[in-house]
Amino acid sequence: MKFRTKAIHVGNQRCQTTGAVVPPIHLASTYVQTHPGEWGDYDYSRSGNPTRDNMEDTLAALEGGCDALAFASGMAATHCVTMLLSAGDHIVAGTDIYGGTYRLFHKICNRAGIEITLVDASQPANIAKGIQDNTKLVWIESPGNPLLSITDIKACADIAKQAGVLIGIDNTFASPVLTRPLELGIDIVMHSATKYLGGHSDALGGALVVQDPDLREKLYFIQNATGNCMSPLDSFLISRGMKTLDLRVRAQSESALSIAKYLDDDPRISRVLYPGLPAFPGHSIAAQQMDGGFGAMLSFEIVGDFEQAKRVTASTRLFQLAVSLGAVESLIEQPASMSHASYDREDRLAHGINDELIRLSVGLEDVDDLIADLDQALDC
Amino acid sequence: MGLEKNRQYGDSTVSVHGGEAHHKALDSITDPVVMASTYTFSDTQSVIDYIEENQQRGEYGRYGNPNEAVVESKLAQLEAGEDAVLYSSGMAAIVGVIMAKLSAGDEVVFFDECYHRSREFCSKHMSRFGVVTRQVEACNYDAMEAAITPNTKLLVSESPTNPHLSVVDLDRFAAIGKRNNVETLIDATLATPYNCRPLIHGVDYVLHSATKYLAGHNDLLAGVIIGDRVKLEDIRYLRGILGSINSAHNCYLLQRGLKTFDVRMARHNANGQAVAEFLEQHPRVEKVYYPGLASHKYHDIARAQMSGFGGLITFEVQDADWRQTADIVDRCRIPKIGPSLGGVESLIEQPMVMSYYELPATERASYGIKDNMIRMAIGIEDTQDLIDDLDQALKG
Repeated sequence: MKFRTKAIHVGNQRCQTTGAVVPPIHLASTYVQTHPGEWGDYDYSRSGNPTRDNMEDTLAALEGGCDALAFASGMAATHCVTMLLSAGDHIVAGTDIYGGTYRLFHKICNRAGIEITLVDASQPANIAKGIQDNTKLVWIESPGNPLLSITDIKACADIAKQAGVLIGIDNTFASPVLTRPLELGIDIVMHSATKYLGGHSDALGGALVVQDPDLREKLYFIQNATGNCMSPLDSFLISRGMKTLDLRVRAQSESALSIAKYLDDDPRISRVLYPGLPAFPGHSIAAQQMDGGFGAMLSFEIVGDFEQAKRVTASTRLFQLAVSLGAVESLIEQPASMSHASYDREDRLAHGINDELIRLSVGLEDVDDLIADLDQALDC
Repeated sequence: MGLEKNRQYGDSTVSVHGGEAHHKALDSITDPVVMASTYTFSDTQSVIDYIEENQQRGEYGRYGNPNEAVVESKLAQLEAGEDAVLYSSGMAAIVGVIMAKLSAGDEVVFFDECYHRSREFCSKHMSRFGVVTRQVEACNYDAMEAAITPNTKLLVSESPTNPHLSVVDLDRFAAIGKRNNVETLIDATLATPYNCRPLIHGVDYVLHSATKYLAGHNDLLAGVIIGDRVKLEDIRYLRGILGSINSAHNCYLLQRGLKTFDVRMARHNANGQAVAEFLEQHPRVEKVYYPGLASHKYHDIARAQMSGFGGLITFEVQDADWRQTADIVDRCRIPKIGPSLGGVESLIEQPMVMSYYELPATERASYGIKDNMIRMAIGIEDTQDLIDDLDQALKG
């Protein structure tokens, strides 16, 4: 079965009770048992829920994992991974990571005695250099947020494997349509399912996908013990979203490439950050590890300052001013004041997130309409 | 609405944003699902203002709800119509039109390939209230015109029809209505506004089972009637009395489904064409009904008025009785056996078994339903997966 067929059929088996073509939504918090001490397939929805299981099965099939675990949010999923670690352990992570992950590492994990080192992961050698005796986790993102930096996933996975360190990746931006990191040697794939997987800006969720059953057991134990699970209604909406995942991501990526080329030729723009542009550092790696598209996120810097960038982001009509990404609606934001405001300003500038940077999440609208919208906003 | 007026937007932009407010309640990017059965007033004066000024606002859930208003507006824009009235199902929509527009002594004329439940409602039930139903052979325009009497109020057809995929010449159909001062209705469920917009051809009403391609995920029921606002006024009014309204939850899921309408339809069209071409050259297939094939009886008119041909395909198996045909259906692994169409998942059925099993063979034959006929509702799965699956099922 190929990707699009799996997205529709795995985890969406015909309902044995009713014949329903779409599995029922099981809202039950608890399950009635036949005999004391003899458990059926389900006992309590924190430990397992049929609707959540279906969503997990679909995602596991798409990522090529043995199983997936669905969480209340992407951050809940990442937090679960860090709970594999103990005081005294160390994490090496890329610099171009989501602001919320940065905050989790630097304001939560550090209080639990976990040490963090950030390195420029676009050079895998930096990962190798960052690994210490007590390193237990390498965490990467590709494409990165918001600079779209490309990390060589396989090279990093090889380095981690050699050092005997677990490696996880936030695969939210690429989605399994474009990149399947487990095939490249990654141990844990994390998603903010809120984004492309759900795809309609109307459900929150996170997920972890793994190939190793033992690792799955460890993560499941933490999830069940800490109670961080996706709701049945959100699971249903994300399952529904995954049925059009391939169509959406490919159409949106194609539009993003057109927009990147348009901006690249525009004198009002000083820099376009998009892995699909041949001049972009990491383009050739991206072409290898992304299957037939470069994603629908792109950032650019305008010729101007913080205030002008703010004005542009406030002047689009089809691109709506909001954080988040990955949905059918196009979004625009200024990382310095929005998605990456949780960075300290000096840290932010040191990481290349400048004041005049604007990030786009390209949606499913007609690409000519989107370009016309950007064109008028850049003149404002 | 959110999009600027007096501006042409691409279809996918209308799918995503059409009919929606640019800025929504509590700054949410999506519309809230409004579950209220009733809507309250701040004081007595606001009730009086509502009655005297005929304001557009909620009163009681049977007359409409905010989620319905949004999705009606999106559907009207996609179909290039002024207004849309949403119903709890496609059948509720056709019943709504018939009940609003016809009275005792009036007549309705159907092309005989129109959805059998629509025809049955008129011939078996409206007849009790003195409405006369006439049926003429599909696409026989002279017969349709000849069936018109001074009492005729409505001409009804489907295009393409189900399961024979006959395509009605919409210009001719609409012209017959105009010439005779009779309104026309097209059930365009199989075409969808992605492939054809009957209102542009002069048809008065477009009907959809929105359960199918418009919603697209086989997880809700809905029907809609689209046309000029003035013509829909009595239809909407009657719906408020009869109560065949859709739920806020369904309206939200329909709106959500419509956001991917453009990409889904492009894929249904591509898959449909590829599978139809595969079947046509297959040695075990005798005949394929698909408007996108040059061999199709109505290919020329389909090409002239449609931009694509959708995912519904009917075919007949070479030298097979009903049991051998059923074996092919049972051997398919990807399409599930079931009625309906237009969802992301492919479905398969044998019309003789699924819809006409209890009818005598002669009556089945009179409807053109053959024992060796299989109908497929092609979804958006991988094209090659579908072809490989059908190939193994046909080989047996």
